[in-house]
Amino acid sequence: MRLAFTIRRYHPELDAAPHEETYRLDVTRGMTVLDALIRIKNEEDGRLTFRYSCRSAICGSCAMTINGAEKLACRTSVRKEWERHGGITIEPLRHLPVLKDLAVDMCSFWGKVRAIEPWVQADHLTPTGPLSLPAGSAQFHNVDACIMCGACVAACTVHEVDQGFLGPAALAKAYRFVADPREDSAARTARLAALQGPTGMWDCTRCNFCVEVCPKDVKPMEAIIRLRRAAIQAGMTDTGGARHVVGFRDLIARFGRLNEALMPLKVVGPSLRRLLHVLPLGLRMLLKGKVPNPLHPPIEGVRHVRALLERTRR
Amino acid sequence: MKYALYPGCAAKGATPELYQSTMAIIGRLGIEVTELTASSCCGAGVVAEADPEGALALNARTFAQAERLGLDVMTICGTCQGVMSTANRQLKADPALLQRVNRLLETERLVYHGNVQVKHLLWVVVREVGLAKLKDEVQVTLGDLKIAPFYGCYILRPSWDLGFDDPENPNSLEKLIRAVGAEPVDYGGKIKCCGFPIILEKEDIALAMNGANLKEAKEGGADAMVTPCPLCHMSLDIYQERAARKVETNLNLPVLHLPQMLGLAMGVSAKELGVEHHLVPVDSILKVVGERRKESGRS
Repeated sequence: MRLAFTIRRYHPELDAAPHEETYRLDVTRGMTVLDALIRIKNEEDGRLTFRYSCRSAICGSCAMTINGAEKLACRTSVRKEWERHGGITIEPLRHLPVLKDLAVDMCSFWGKVRAIEPWVQADHLTPTGPLSLPAGSAQFHNVDACIMCGACVAACTVHEVDQGFLGPAALAKAYRFVADPREDSAARTARLAALQGPTGMWDCTRCNFCVEVCPKDVKPMEAIIRLRRAAIQAGMTDTGGARHVVGFRDLIARFGRLNEALMPLKVVGPSLRRLLHVLPLGLRMLLKGKVPNPLHPPIEGVRHVRALLERTRR
Repeated sequence: MKYALYPGCAAKGATPELYQSTMAIIGRLGIEVTELTASSCCGAGVVAEADPEGALALNARTFAQAERLGLDVMTICGTCQGVMSTANRQLKADPALLQRVNRLLETERLVYHGNVQVKHLLWVVVREVGLAKLKDEVQVTLGDLKIAPFYGCYILRPSWDLGFDDPENPNSLEKLIRAVGAEPVDYGGKIKCCGFPIILEKEDIALAMNGANLKEAKEGGADAMVTPCPLCHMSLDIYQERAARKVETNLNLPVLHLPQMLGLAMGVSAKELGVEHHLVPVDSILKVVGERRKESGRS
């Protein structure tokens, strides 16, 4: 079968702007997108640039955008892509600077991983003492399976609009150390505290893109949620995000359903400036019949809801 | 075709027009419902951030109520669908977890055996009502209108929990847009995030996301947008003016709930569909619908 591959090309020294080029290739059984790229480079255009190494979904080098979604080229079947999308377009990872063709600059990615200090901080452990994890104690929820391919960051909808956001990979890595029983409790607290501000753990919208595209089932978003839980449990409740979570749960325990008239007040907290910011929209909603009665009676059986949330809270 | 209707919080709160428009169309599509009036919030993924087992128990409680009625659950909110699909998968896959959660429901004499399916109205219309039946009910084709589908996150991802649309290339909304005679707008933002979950605390980020999607749809020629998720609707409609300022463009893009779009084509009145609750006026769409209705009356 002969198929067309449309590839986004960009040579910054020669091209004014990125452009698409199409190559036709006889597709063999079991061929991956990486196989196709290597064939195109060998047979059609030696200047085509892309990163790869292991060809076995281990090194994390060949993440790219294939038919609009982040994938490892080495484990993406040409035939399946064709069947799913009726064509094959290959572009570099999104929202990272393109160096050439499909190779992007991963400096910001690595900088963010470094920024979370990806090592166990355990001054209390002497160099001669037991440094290994106690047997069966660690629960990293597969976060340590990350191969740092960058797919999650490229797919992240917050990173798309705010490239300062630490992003799924680095935050998941941070969770891995927060969950490490060897870490000093002061270091753990400092680690959580450092992620409370802008670009940190509360910027994630839980859009699930990182979970969907991760080739190693790391589920970075779930690690971010665990970070948030750890922060709340450590008493860090003075952020909009934490007030949202705690306030939401309180409202469900009180009414059984979310009361949208009260939710914004919970998130705003004790700030007149923030209150004045949400108020005009609240008034417009009120005029359109969109503000539910704050005194709305709770759902039938709300005491059972309250009781079960009390029990699981402990 | 009978379901236990799980309305969710938004349809009973800030988007009453979603509940209203759902009730206005489902009968004619052959969908009967018993509303789960004692159901709680699904947790929206927020309760789980503090208390994952509590969030599971809330959903198990809802499933148990439906199971007792011998009915599957129908949702009308993309977020509820995502949260409940995931919760249901977890409860069905882990008998020890199900047992633990059931213990929390004992005081209410409820028990969930894991025999309930949860389906969004969108899926029920596409797969069970069928496009043929829907087309039979269409009285006013929305021809000449270009409608941008906006799926929202939770009805698509994680795809292994939802198991309906292809998360990279969904087409269920497009099918319905075509069935009512309109033309779907294809644009990258249709599977992206509306920003709603952080809109109260990180408005700048949320508006940038929301504005980019609205702008892309508008530039693709959209006359309106349609969404199966009321939380997306709040972001796209209520916050549209602020989003437009953020992305420095003029938007004025009416945003319809899925049953409102179907209802307009089925000849249901704008009043019954509750469009007067929207912050972005739907007048431009109503005008086209009115013209089409006159034409079909003449012919």
